[in-house]
Amino acid sequence: MARITASVYTSHVPAIGAALDLGKTAEPYWQNVFKGYEFSKQWLKENPPDVVFLVFNDHATAFSLDMIPTFAIGTAAEYMPADEGWGPRAVPRVVGHPELASHIAQSVIQQDFDLTIVNKMDVDHGLTVPLSLMCGQPDAWPCPVIPFAVNVVQYPVPSGQRCYNLGKAIRKAVQSYDGDLKVQIWGTGGMSHQLQGPRAGLINREFDNAFLDKLIDEPAAAAAIPHIDYVREAGSEGIELVMWLIARGAMDDASGGSKAVVRHRFYHVPASNTAVGHLILEN
Amino acid sequence: MALDKPYLDVPGTTIFDAEQSRKGYHLNQFCMSLMKAENRERFKVDERAYLDEWPMTEEQKQAVLARDLNRCIAAGGNIYFLAKIGATDGKSFQQMAGSMTGMSEEEYRNMMIAGERSVEGNRRIGETPQEKK
Repeated sequence: MARITASVYTSHVPAIGAALDLGKTAEPYWQNVFKGYEFSKQWLKENPPDVVFLVFNDHATAFSLDMIPTFAIGTAAEYMPADEGWGPRAVPRVVGHPELASHIAQSVIQQDFDLTIVNKMDVDHGLTVPLSLMCGQPDAWPCPVIPFAVNVVQYPVPSGQRCYNLGKAIRKAVQSYDGDLKVQIWGTGGMSHQLQGPRAGLINREFDNAFLDKLIDEPAAAAAIPHIDYVREAGSEGIELVMWLIARGAMDDASGGSKAVVRHRFYHVPASNTAVGHLILEN
Repeated sequence: MALDKPYLDVPGTTIFDAEQSRKGYHLNQFCMSLMKAENRERFKVDERAYLDEWPMTEEQKQAVLARDLNRCIAAGGNIYFLAKIGATDGKSFQQMAGSMTGMSEEEYRNMMIAGERSVEGNRRIGETPQEKK
């Protein structure tokens, strides 16, 4: 039986990818960010998953205004890093896991979550920056990845509650897969940031740290946070944090199991326009 | 019946909802076209001619030509789409974000290095801005 072993949460700031790709990691400004991931890279080597289920959002890259799926699961064999306007990142192609992805799609749709199934998609920094942060700069990513894209660009985006419930459905789906696979679920995006308008540059450390506390100890309460609180307190792009709730909902304790164990917690301001938050929880 | 839009009183913030998306459809799709290198080249050669290939409003075209991202957003643009214009110009996300705040590039960068824009005084329109703690 397949099972979810751990969840990872991290911001996916594009400038972090640029810093890595342009060899700026030794600069003190970026050292402050990357040192928060030293533990995580080692942890991932010691706890290698067979598959990563990676929840992210597309930033008007694969999905234009032609189609705006709320939840889209990638069932392809591979995905190429996208050209977001600066040219594609020089990172490995992403190998998928079509069998498990299709299984999850079937199971989750049968649990009343209407996923969009994607067989062709380029992946942007939302997906590749978390891989870089957790894996460094390898020639190939260490395991297959199932991309799961959430619309957080055009409102209304899915509620935190729906994301949390979806996480529970994903856990069930993984557990009903016959293959013996260790699966990690990663929730990415956030933390507080606003990229638009005269209020750009907003960051809220108190909100972010309270969110981390709540996500760890009272995830159901974190799921109940309404959209407007994210917008007002964490900036218009802080809404990305709803994606963390999908990963949190997939942990055992969200479905009555024993409490998730915190292996790592990190918070730093700033990376470009954004507050960087990072957590690792194990079942 | 009116839709529930509790976010209209957040200062300096335009939420890209279904209504904004409808207004900005052609503007945002023009931005998407800049993800292809050959389109970026054609746009740089003659911006006005390239914009005229799109059924955008004159206001949208003028806002793009002026690189006024606040005007673009008011006309239905979304920052993740508009970022393709900045990428074409060789600008970073921080330069783009800063350009909307009325601060110089350096002032904005320094604000972010020093910490951030505080949420205090920035939650609701009409709230008195307070000194950062």
